[in-house]
Amino acid sequence: MFGKDESNNLQKSTNQAPEPTYHGPVYSPAVDIFESEDRISLLADMPGVKPKDLKIDLRDNTLTLSGHVESAAPSSEASILTEFESGTYFRQFTLSEVIDQLKIDAKLSDGVLRLELPKLERAKPRQITVKAS
Amino acid sequence: MLLRRVWPSRPVFENPFSEFDQVRREMMRVFDSMTSAGTRSGVFPPMNVSQDSDNFYVHAELPGIKASDINVTALRNRVSISGRREIPQEGDKVSYHRKERAEGEFSRTVTLPGEVAADKVEARYTDGVLRLTLPKAEETKPRQIAVSVAS
Repeated sequence: MFGKDESNNLQKSTNQAPEPTYHGPVYSPAVDIFESEDRISLLADMPGVKPKDLKIDLRDNTLTLSGHVESAAPSSEASILTEFESGTYFRQFTLSEVIDQLKIDAKLSDGVLRLELPKLERAKPRQITVKAS
Repeated sequence: MLLRRVWPSRPVFENPFSEFDQVRREMMRVFDSMTSAGTRSGVFPPMNVSQDSDNFYVHAELPGIKASDINVTALRNRVSISGRREIPQEGDKVSYHRKERAEGEFSRTVTLPGEVAADKVEARYTDGVLRLTLPKAEETKPRQIAVSVAS
């Protein structure tokens, strides 16, 4: 409809999940999630979010990402074209693996969050040797 | 939530048809937001353009791109942003649960309502957002004209 390009994956969509108390649109950030033997890694595009405005919460297997973007343009500027608005990035995931909460590492650079979630020792795969009797 | 901006106040340009275009864009935005739960328009990068009396400002959301991989060119009343977004490989041993972030080439040109001083354009890249400050060309700035009384 209206010639919208469905194949473009670099677009963002709003999230209809819990509503924040402050004003403004809520966006669902695009993420990559991948798993290796000892960890789950998550990359999320959150342009405009400063490290101090990003909250990461993990409890009861629910991982919550929320980042607030302060409006960059002062009110003295008259808007000509508006394609994105400052708002909040919000997304929740359910993790099936047991995560070592103490070793979680989060880095935010150039608007991309990289979250490393190491699996607990007991959740890691273990080779079991079968002994012949 | 996006509906509140259906009829924002806009500066009127010299070209009366640009107003119709503005209305058309707003309508598209509203229809898009209703049909696909607020999916943003299918262009990359999304841009905001604003102005004050001295400068035009262009903000573009470009997460995860090295500043050296962004090309900005300005000529007369046009400004172009192009580059390439690359997502590094994470090794052979990982299995992906989700892969939503896209990579590839991008290029966009916007036409501003006036000419800019191309040699004075400033570009800054912070937190994944590119901010351009484009000073207006001297000849396009509004000038105060003194009215003299004919005797």
